[in-house]
Amino acid sequence: MPAATPVRDGVGLGLAVGVSGLAFGAAAVSSGLTTWQACALSALAFTGASQFALAGAMASGGLLAGTVGAILLGSRNALYGLRLAGLLQVSGPRRLLAAVGVIDETTAVALAQPDRTSARSGFLATFVTIYLTWNVCTLAGAVGAGQLGSPQRLGLDVVGPAAFLALIWPRLRSGGTERAVALLGAAIALGCTPLLPTGAPVILATVAAVAGALWSPPTAEPDPVSSRPEPQQ
Amino acid sequence: MTAAWIAVLATAAGCYALKLTGLTVPQRVLGNPRVRRFAELVPVALLAALVAAQAGTSGHAISVDPARLAGLGAAVIALLLRAPFLLVIVVAAATAALLRLAGVA
Repeated sequence: MPAATPVRDGVGLGLAVGVSGLAFGAAAVSSGLTTWQACALSALAFTGASQFALAGAMASGGLLAGTVGAILLGSRNALYGLRLAGLLQVSGPRRLLAAVGVIDETTAVALAQPDRTSARSGFLATFVTIYLTWNVCTLAGAVGAGQLGSPQRLGLDVVGPAAFLALIWPRLRSGGTERAVALLGAAIALGCTPLLPTGAPVILATVAAVAGALWSPPTAEPDPVSSRPEPQQ
Repeated sequence: MTAAWIAVLATAAGCYALKLTGLTVPQRVLGNPRVRRFAELVPVALLAALVAAQAGTSGHAISVDPARLAGLGAAVIALLLRAPFLLVIVVAAATAALLRLAGVA
C-alpha cells in the first residue's frame, strides 16, 4: 500500500499539530485579539509561528514590529515553496490554493516521502487535516479561553517544540551536516534572541543552512527526494 | 478598521505572498547543486531554531522553564525509542503538565 503511509503520516501529524490551534486561539484572545481576528489569522495566514508572534506582539504593544516579525517568520515558507514546487507541480488556481498549505509540517511530510506520488498525497493529506483541525481548534480555543485552564497547565506550550523536533528527527539521523546545521541554527536563535526583533533570530538561522550547503559536498542525485532514507515518523 | 485588524490582514497577506512566491519561482533555481543542498538544509536550520526559540526563550530573554525542558527531554527519549509522532507529542505535553501539577517544576 504505497499511498497509505504518506496519508497516515499526514493525517496523524495534522491532527496532532492542528490541536495546538487550541493554544493559539486561547493565546490570541488572552493577548487582546478578538475571536474573529484569531480565526482570520488561522484561516488566511495559516502559519503557526507567525500567528503566535503576532499575538505576542499584540500583548506587548509593538504591533508594527510584530507584523514585520510575523511576516519575516513566514519567509521560510517561501523557501519551503521553492523546495515543494518541483514535487507538487501545480499551476493556475491549484497553485493559488496549494500555496496556502506551504508550511513546516506539509513540507516535512512531503520531503520525507520516497517518491513524487507519495509526496503529493502526503502534502495534501497533511494540508487538509491540519487546515481543518487548526481552524476549528482556533475557534474553540478562542471561545473557551479561560475556561479550559491555561495552555501551560496542560503542557500545550511544549507541543510546538516537540513537534518541530520530531519533524527534523529523521534528517538529524541521516547525516552529520544536518546535525551541525541544526545545532548552529538553534545556537543562532538563542544567541540573537536578546538582540533582534521577535521572529528575526529564527530567520537569521538560515545562515546555518548556507554554511551547511557550502561546507558539505553537494548531493549527486538528480532528484533530492529520492535521497530520503527514512519515512516520516 | 482598527490597528489590530490591519496587523492581522497585513500578516495574512504577507505570509500568503511569501508562500506563493516560493511555488512560483522558476525551477532552474534548484538546478544548481549548492542551491539544492541549501534548500534541503533550510528546514533543518529553521525548525531547529524554532525548537530552541520556543523551548528556551521568553520574549527577548533566554528563559529556563524546567517543566518545558523536561517535556522536550521526554520527547527526545520517545524519539530515541522510535515512538510514533503522536505519542512523542503526548509524552512531551503530559510530562510538562504532570511536573507542573505536582509543583515540581
